[in-house]
Amino acid sequence: MTSTATSTHPGTAPASAQTANPVDERLVPVPHRVLEVRRETADTITIALQPRTGRPPPFAPGQVDMLYAFGTGEVPISIASDPTETEHREYTIRRVGPVTRALTNVAPGDHLGVRGPFGVPWPVEEARGGDLVVVAGGIGIAPLRATILAALRERHAFGAVSVLYGARSPGDLVYRVELERWRARLDTDIDVTVDSAGSGWHGNVGLVTRLVPRTRFEPDRTTAFVCGPEPMMRYAAQALLERGVSAARIFVSAERNMVCGIGTCGHCQLGPYFLCHHGPVLSWQEIGTYLRIREL
Amino acid sequence: MLDVETTHVLEVEGLERLVEALVARDYDVVAPRVADGAIALDLITHADQLPIGRGDEQAPGRYRLTDRDDEARFGYAVGPTSPKRWLLPPRSQIFQATAEGDAFRPEAATTPDRRHAFLGLRPCELAGVAKQDRVFIRDDLRDALYADRRDQALLIVVHCGDPAGTCFCASLGTGPRAEAGFDLALTEVLGEHHRFVVEVGSDAGAELVAELDLPPATEADLSAARAVTDRAADSMGRSLDTEGLREDLLGALESPRYRDVARRCLACGSCTLLCPTCFCTGMVDSSELDGSGAARTRVWDSCFTIGFSYIHGQSIRSSVAARYRQWLTHKLATWADQFGELGCVGCGRCITWCPVGIDITEEARAIRATAVPQAVPQEDRP
Repeated sequence: MTSTATSTHPGTAPASAQTANPVDERLVPVPHRVLEVRRETADTITIALQPRTGRPPPFAPGQVDMLYAFGTGEVPISIASDPTETEHREYTIRRVGPVTRALTNVAPGDHLGVRGPFGVPWPVEEARGGDLVVVAGGIGIAPLRATILAALRERHAFGAVSVLYGARSPGDLVYRVELERWRARLDTDIDVTVDSAGSGWHGNVGLVTRLVPRTRFEPDRTTAFVCGPEPMMRYAAQALLERGVSAARIFVSAERNMVCGIGTCGHCQLGPYFLCHHGPVLSWQEIGTYLRIREL
Repeated sequence: MLDVETTHVLEVEGLERLVEALVARDYDVVAPRVADGAIALDLITHADQLPIGRGDEQAPGRYRLTDRDDEARFGYAVGPTSPKRWLLPPRSQIFQATAEGDAFRPEAATTPDRRHAFLGLRPCELAGVAKQDRVFIRDDLRDALYADRRDQALLIVVHCGDPAGTCFCASLGTGPRAEAGFDLALTEVLGEHHRFVVEVGSDAGAELVAELDLPPATEADLSAARAVTDRAADSMGRSLDTEGLREDLLGALESPRYRDVARRCLACGSCTLLCPTCFCTGMVDSSELDGSGAARTRVWDSCFTIGFSYIHGQSIRSSVAARYRQWLTHKLATWADQFGELGCVGCGRCITWCPVGIDITEEARAIRATAVPQAVPQEDRP
């Protein structure tokens, strides 16, 4: 590339008025005000954001927004709001790098940028009329919260509904207050487990995937939504397949480095998929082969 | 199409009038030039800036300028730059934002207003442009940063007469003769009567031909032109068997050959920057030191960098083997799933300019050969 980098550009005719369009509006963050910050765990918060003007655009559970900390950078964050909430958006964010550090350091009144929503949502409509099994690991429950809230609101539309949730420790459980509220319902199974716990924990200890065999659902009428670390998703899919749920009815939310959100930057490719565009939600039939290969 | 109805003849001296006509139409003219020991696309204002009587010699990891024994203007294969540098510039601003108290006000960037006429694009480069068109101009998307430049570009192709040792466009069906997608297509006919046979591919091309008042071509001109590219097709330095290639590569994702190539690959990303189809970009956020403003810039990125696949604290493709696999299988397999065709045009740049001479055609062959059918990946414990 050095051959042209150093060569001089001869001046030609002056610039003339040609077509000059703005960049795709989906690439430009919209300023939002922080309404509320709720602490979930030591490193995780849930924030509510409202556009400075107007309402947020509609979204479907499982879709992703890009959150921008002014001058610092941007990361993809799943929309965790109740889908019927039209005034603001909620996001659950874990602090892992410089951008999420900035995003988790906000206070009410601060401003963040939002663009989206991007991607394919959970096929909640397809799940109606049958049993619904939600399997979540760690912060992986955040992309499923909107779906759980939607299913509980229309509980009559589903058969058995089960939420299986695992975290590393009791202190890593997010949405704890909500989990307890959901668990009080008599029409929904909420099964929670942690990988390890001290003496103050009297719940399940063990991997969330081990909850699958004992969960009540009819495999041939079941739709499963799975989100968590990749090994957990592989084992959850395997456990569901062993129970007889078809690969076409097991959906996972896969994660790669989403940067543009519109399927052109190439970062979030997994096999043939641009996950921001064809995903993040894909069936195990579509994505299972690729999730089984290391470093793909 | 090479037929007497739409084909004309441009004398070699007429090239200057063609360049003048482009400049008069307010184009920046991008054409091959000798610079820093290579023939690369750059801006020109006169036809005598073309590499007259120069040629090249290309092999894996090797590029040399040569002197020809004729006055050919286009007697060489592709150099390190491709039209991508102008249509998808290495850096484009996306937005800038100004701080306003606790808030900020973003402002979308607009596309620049310069337009480019490319003179001397090779058919493989034209095919590269068509592949990038499919990425940035789709049913659900018109990426203005690319599409505005693309819409205003004028494409003058010169069919290939002298392919390099690293060329394999004939295997991909992208050369040495372009069939469509150009405004004008020239065949350089050398010999006693040094001339160009000119095919018209668009209204803009027809206007240029009319303005230059080019005489129609004869049957003799056409057969001379055909002979040039027929010879070129027979002298490709390399080949790539595309039959069943996608299926074979996807069936060999865990081929041990990736570990082998990773021992040679430097993960420098040179191949991706030179590639006329590689389209991956990253976003770079910057801010003023005093916090008063910030901006985002889209820059070329490469799947060979460790940061490319970074998510929350780790890189998915931490090994070079995984990064080479991503590049090769995207180019020669999954591109077909995404865009209905392979992502390679057979220009050979990635072979010539690889510092260690890794040859995509050879690696693809070897990976197919070592495919482990139905390989079952090892799974780690959750």
